[in-house]
Amino acid sequence: MSATATTDTNTRPGLDFVALLKDAALTAFVALILAIPLVGFETYDKSGSTSLGLRTRFGAVAIGVAVVFFGRLAMQIWRQTMLAAQPGQVPLWDRMAGSVPKVRLPFGPLLVGFACVVPIIWSSNPYVVDIGITVLIYVMLGWGLNVVVGLAGLLDLGYVAFYAVGAYSYALLYHHFGLTFWECLPLAGIFAATFGVILGFPVLRLRGDYLAIVTLGFGEIIRVVLINWSDLTGGPNGIASIPRPSFFGLPFQAAAPEGKDTFATFFGLEFSPIHRVIFLYYVILALAMLTNFVTLRLRKLPIGRAWEALREDEIACRSLGINPTNTKMTAFAIGASLGGFAGAFFATRQGFISPESFTFIESAIILAIVVLGGMGSQLGVALAAVALVVLPELGREFAQFRMLIFGAVMVIIMVWRPHGLLAHREPSIKLKAGKGG
Amino acid sequence: MEYFLQQLINGLTLGSIYGLIAIGYTMVYGIIGMINFAHGDIYMIGAFICIITFTILGVIGITWIPLALLIVLIVSVVFTAAYGWAVERIAYRPLRGSFRLAPLISAIGMSIFLQNYVQIVQGARVKPLPPLIQGGVVLMESPAGFAVRFSYIQMIAIAVTVVLMIALTYVITRTPLGRSQRACEQDRFMAALLGVNVDRTISLTFVMGAVLAAVAGVMVSLYYGVIDFFIGFLAGLKAFTAAVLGGIGSMPGAMLGGIIIGLIEAFWSAYFSIEYKDVAVFGILVLVLIFLPTGILGRPEVEKV
Repeated sequence: MSATATTDTNTRPGLDFVALLKDAALTAFVALILAIPLVGFETYDKSGSTSLGLRTRFGAVAIGVAVVFFGRLAMQIWRQTMLAAQPGQVPLWDRMAGSVPKVRLPFGPLLVGFACVVPIIWSSNPYVVDIGITVLIYVMLGWGLNVVVGLAGLLDLGYVAFYAVGAYSYALLYHHFGLTFWECLPLAGIFAATFGVILGFPVLRLRGDYLAIVTLGFGEIIRVVLINWSDLTGGPNGIASIPRPSFFGLPFQAAAPEGKDTFATFFGLEFSPIHRVIFLYYVILALAMLTNFVTLRLRKLPIGRAWEALREDEIACRSLGINPTNTKMTAFAIGASLGGFAGAFFATRQGFISPESFTFIESAIILAIVVLGGMGSQLGVALAAVALVVLPELGREFAQFRMLIFGAVMVIIMVWRPHGLLAHREPSIKLKAGKGG
Repeated sequence: MEYFLQQLINGLTLGSIYGLIAIGYTMVYGIIGMINFAHGDIYMIGAFICIITFTILGVIGITWIPLALLIVLIVSVVFTAAYGWAVERIAYRPLRGSFRLAPLISAIGMSIFLQNYVQIVQGARVKPLPPLIQGGVVLMESPAGFAVRFSYIQMIAIAVTVVLMIALTYVITRTPLGRSQRACEQDRFMAALLGVNVDRTISLTFVMGAVLAAVAGVMVSLYYGVIDFFIGFLAGLKAFTAAVLGGIGSMPGAMLGGIIIGLIEAFWSAYFSIEYKDVAVFGILVLVLIFLPTGILGRPEVEKV
C-alpha cells in the first residue's frame, strides 16, 4: 500500500514514529481483514462426503499480518530517510534509466554479441541453451507485440492468438501437405497477418479499449476453436510429432535415413543431441534479430512515423491526412505476422503443440514484457524478456508461488515505474533545436 | 415452446449474474476510464468466501437456510468489499494520472496475483457446495412431459438482482455519493476543484462494484454448486463484454448487456452447440461493435482537441 500522506518530509525532519506506527497498524489491520476469510479458514475435500471439511490456520494469518506490519514500517522509514537525505533529487533508478540512451556504450550490440556466444560458452549444457531459446522466443514475441502496443499504441490482449495461428499452420501444413519448416515459416506469418487483418478490419475503427476486449475475446475464441474442432486440430490432445527443422536439408538425427547424410555425418562430427538445440538457438536468434532489424527500419519509414504519431495524437494525424484505420491495420498485421513466425518456430522446437500453450496467461506475459521493458524500447523489451523467463527458472523450488510472484511483480513495477524499467518514449525524429520530447 | 421458455428462464438467471458483475466494470470505467481487469477475480473471491462461510456455518450448526443465506450474503459482501477497496488502493491509486496502459497492466498483474493467491490458500481443486435450496415451481408442462421449471434459486437470483438494481439506481440518482460519482464521471478535475473528494468517491465506486460482484459470486455458488479459482477469468471476460455491449459507462446498459449475453449463451447452448457458446458471445460482440460502436445504450463520445 503506497503512501500518499507521508511524502512531505522535507518540511519536518526526523521521523514521526507515532504516525509511522499508526500507519503500519492500519495497514496490518486491513491485511488482517483480507486474510481472515481466505487464509484463516481452509476448506478441503472430505473423503466419503459431499460437504467440505474445514481447517483453521490462524497462525498463518498472524505471521502474515506481522510481516505486513513490519514490512510497511520498514518501507515507510526507508522511504522517509531516503527523501530526507536527498530532498528534491531524482531517484537513482530514474537517473540510470535516463542515462541509458545517452551513454555511448553500445548496450544493444553487446547484448547481441553475448547472445551469439551463449551456445559456445555453454556448449556442454543443453539446459542453458534451451532456456536461451525460450528467452529468444519471448524476445521475438515482445518485439512483435511492441510494434502493435509500443509503436502504434494499440492495446492487444490476445497476441497469443497469432502465435497459435503460426504454430498450428506449420503443424497442419506439415501433416496434411508435408511442407517443411522452412516452407511453412513465411506461410505461418502470412496466415497470422491474414487473421490480424480479418480481426482488425471491424474493430480498428473503434476506440482503443474496445480493441483490447475484442482481441482478448479473439484469443479465447481461437483457443476454444482449437479445443473443440478435434477433426482438424486434434482437440485438447494437440498435434504431436511435428518435425524439427533441417540444416539446409541435413536432418539432426542419430541415424541417417537411407542414402542421406545427417548433420553430424556430413560435417564429420560425432552425433550429439545438443547440435540440434544449438541450431534451434541460432535459428530463433536470427529470427529475433530480423524482427529487430525490420522494426528499426520501419520506424524510419513514413509508416513507422505514422504509427508513432497516431499513438501520440490521433486527431492531429487525421487532420494531417493520415488514414488511422489503414495505418493501425498495417501495425496490427505486421505484429501478427511476427507472432506467426514465432509460433511456427515454437511448434518446431516443441515438436508438440496443444491449446494449453496458448492461454491468456501467455498474452499477459508477452504484454508484461513489452510494458515492463518500457514501451517502444527494443533494449528494454529484450531485458524484460530475459528477466521474466530466467527469474522463474531460477526460482524453480518456488514453482507453486511462481505466478503469484509474477503477478505481484507486475503490480509493483507498474506502481514504481509506470513507464517501464527502461522507459524512453522519445520520438524517432525531433527538431534540432528542440530539447527533450 | 416449453423448451424455449425454460431456456429463457435459465438465460435470464445467468444474465442477471453477468449483469451484476458487468456493473462493476462499467462504473469503474465510467469514473476513471480503466478496465478493472481484476474485477472477475473479485467475483471469484466473493464465491470462495461464500463457500467458506457456508462451511463454517455448517460446522457451528446454523442450518436454517434463510438465516444462513443472509449471514453468508453479508459476510461475503463485507469481506469482498474489503478486497475491492484494497485492490484499488494498492494497484490503481498510485497510478492515477499515469499513462493509459499503466493501470491496465497493473490490473492484469493483480488478477494473476489474486487467482494464484486463492489457488495457494484454498487449493486448486474444485469446491463443491451441496444444493441448499432445492425445488421450484413448475410453470408449464408439455404433453410430452417436459416441465418448465422455475427453481427457487433462480427466483432468488433474479429477485436479488432486481432489488440491487433499484437500490443502486437510488444511490446513483438520489444520494450525495451518487452525485459525486456522476460529477467525477463527467469531469474529475473540475469535481475536485468543487470540493468532491475524488479519491474517496473512486474508492467507494470500487467497493460498490465489489459488493455487486460478491452477490453475483454467492448466486453462482448456489446456482451451479461448484467453483474454482479460475471462474473469475471467463465470467469477467463475459461481464466486460456485456458492459461493452450495453454501452460502457451506462449502468442500465450493463444490466441489459448482461441479460443479452446470458440469453445468447443459454439459447446457443440449447439450440446449437454448447462448446461454441463463448465463440457466439464474442461473435455477437464484434457484430454489435461494427454497427453500434458505442454499444446499445452508450452515449456517442465527443472527441475534443
